[in-house]
Amino acid sequence: MVPLIRCENLWKIYRLGDVEVQALRGLDLSIDPGEFVAVMGASGSGKSTLMNILGCLDQPTKGRYWLSGTDVAALKPDQLAEIRNQQIGFVFQSFNLIPRTSALENAQLPLFYRGMSLRDQRALAMAALARVGLQGREEHHPTQLSGGQQQRVAIARALVTAPSLLLADEPTGNLDTQSSREIMAILDGLNKEQGITVILVTHEPDIAAYASREIMIKDGCVLSDRRTKAAASLLPAEV
Amino acid sequence: MPAFILLTVLTALRVLGRNRLRAGLTMLGIVIGVGAVIAMVSIGEGAKAAVAHRVASMGTNVIIVLPGATTVGGVRGGQGGAVTLTVADGLDLKKRIPLLRDTGWAKRDVMQIVNGNRNWNGPVNGISPSYLAIRDWSFVSGGPFTQADVDAAARVALIGQTVVENLFEAGEEPVGSVIRIKNVPFRVIGVLAPKGQSAQGSDQDDIIFIPFSTAERKVFGTLFLGSVAALFASAERLEDLGPAVAQIRETLRARHRLQPDQEDDFTIRTQVDIGKVQEGTSHTLTVMLFAIASVSLLVGGIGIMNILLVSVTERTREIGVRMAVGAKRRHILIQFLIEAMTLSLVGGCIGILLGIVGARLTTVIAGWPTIISPQTVATAFVFSVAVGLFFGLYPANKASRLNPIDALRYE
Repeated sequence: MVPLIRCENLWKIYRLGDVEVQALRGLDLSIDPGEFVAVMGASGSGKSTLMNILGCLDQPTKGRYWLSGTDVAALKPDQLAEIRNQQIGFVFQSFNLIPRTSALENAQLPLFYRGMSLRDQRALAMAALARVGLQGREEHHPTQLSGGQQQRVAIARALVTAPSLLLADEPTGNLDTQSSREIMAILDGLNKEQGITVILVTHEPDIAAYASREIMIKDGCVLSDRRTKAAASLLPAEV
Repeated sequence: MPAFILLTVLTALRVLGRNRLRAGLTMLGIVIGVGAVIAMVSIGEGAKAAVAHRVASMGTNVIIVLPGATTVGGVRGGQGGAVTLTVADGLDLKKRIPLLRDTGWAKRDVMQIVNGNRNWNGPVNGISPSYLAIRDWSFVSGGPFTQADVDAAARVALIGQTVVENLFEAGEEPVGSVIRIKNVPFRVIGVLAPKGQSAQGSDQDDIIFIPFSTAERKVFGTLFLGSVAALFASAERLEDLGPAVAQIRETLRARHRLQPDQEDDFTIRTQVDIGKVQEGTSHTLTVMLFAIASVSLLVGGIGIMNILLVSVTERTREIGVRMAVGAKRRHILIQFLIEAMTLSLVGGCIGILLGIVGARLTTVIAGWPTIISPQTVATAFVFSVAVGLFFGLYPANKASRLNPIDALRYE
């Protein structure tokens, strides 16, 4: 099977004034389609840098990264935008919804950049909002929604394009326990039912426990990589 | 792409609608600039049309020859300073120059005119019958005098509207009545149709015409018989004016026996020359207005650029999110350009309306003629779009070049 993600010898070096920061130091990683991975590590360990590179928001200083077999490290900004639009969904800790804009329009946003007709955009966004349990709240603005609901809008926005990879950077970091459980249940469902590969960054062990694989990052390298559960069905069940 | 543009325009309108006061203040520069352009240009166009009308009121393809500019004993006299043109010159020009349709002549003096117990000081012109045709005078009642009247030095007069108003009761028919010019009785045989102001701004309707011979012999007390204050000629076509002027100069120089080193003792003006002087004035005005408009549009544009830079900073995270979900550079660029153009366009449209209202008010209150041409409105419209595009480019480009990670992390 072709891995969804394959990284070889990833280096990321920043220069902050005179100081050179080596955020990633020759990291290797391989993730198969359908996995649910938790990435853990202290702050400064390089996990955010790794997520940025995996999400095609950033490019490594050195090393190779294949996403679905495509060598991403060599692509130009607009080509990366295309890949983010087609293959990747993002969920952020701070939701990052566009303010004063309805839930429906927020969920439509990625389709907007696909040049899809307005009618199709709305239909898909409605379905995505329904999938995260927000039917009836399509016209609500972010300020009219609770934190958990806002994060669900963000998930709807991420899955509206039917991505192969969903990157969640501390998705429950700003939420209470109840909302956190709901969000994790949705992510778990997307992974189990739709076979979307989920990569989750978290500090909390009980959140990480939803994943079936746990990767510890330290000093820009993989410290440990272990399966916590028997791998779930790696491909969506044929119906 | 059309769906993208449409939605972007809607988004832009919503963003601007959210900050109505801010958008309004930002647009103010453009509103004032475009409004000023529209109002001023329509006033300028109105003035230009009025001037063109006045120049046209001189007649059709008219050439005027004035005596003057003679140097006697080292002292140069001004224009009209000497008696150098005569009726014989006028007759000879017509005979020798086929390009001329007709020639005429006139001499004038301001005199007291009396009708009953009313009197008026007006310019009395002794003219050849051809003069009326050259200057395109027409009549509201009565008609012109004839060559027979000239030959007989008949005491007949044609009077303009201003004279009628000052010498006659309202509703009184001047034709047939007798007025006295310098105590000589004249029968009014025609009332001239009004012409309004001349190209120089004088009242063309304050005028009395009498036969040239009558003026010479019975009213003016002329020293040199046959001398004229001005010769008039008309050419068949506009293109003939240039060659006709050259031929008139040549003929008159020969008739006046001027040596090659001597200056002309006459001055030739054409209707076109006079029109050009007038156009020059309005050109200066136009340049000045253009400068004012440019400055206000520049200030308005800078206002738009400023508010857009603020907007880009405020919405850095939003830009980051848009990039993360797949917006390419050109999407962000277009979004902010459309916002800039929406601002300048809405401002421009308000400005156009304001300018039209301003021009109308000018006509109503000050009585100045104004013309609002579709070209003016179209130009103002295009200009306001261009201002938005030009001044939006820098902030939009700045937004499109943001790094998505930095933009997402921006606090």
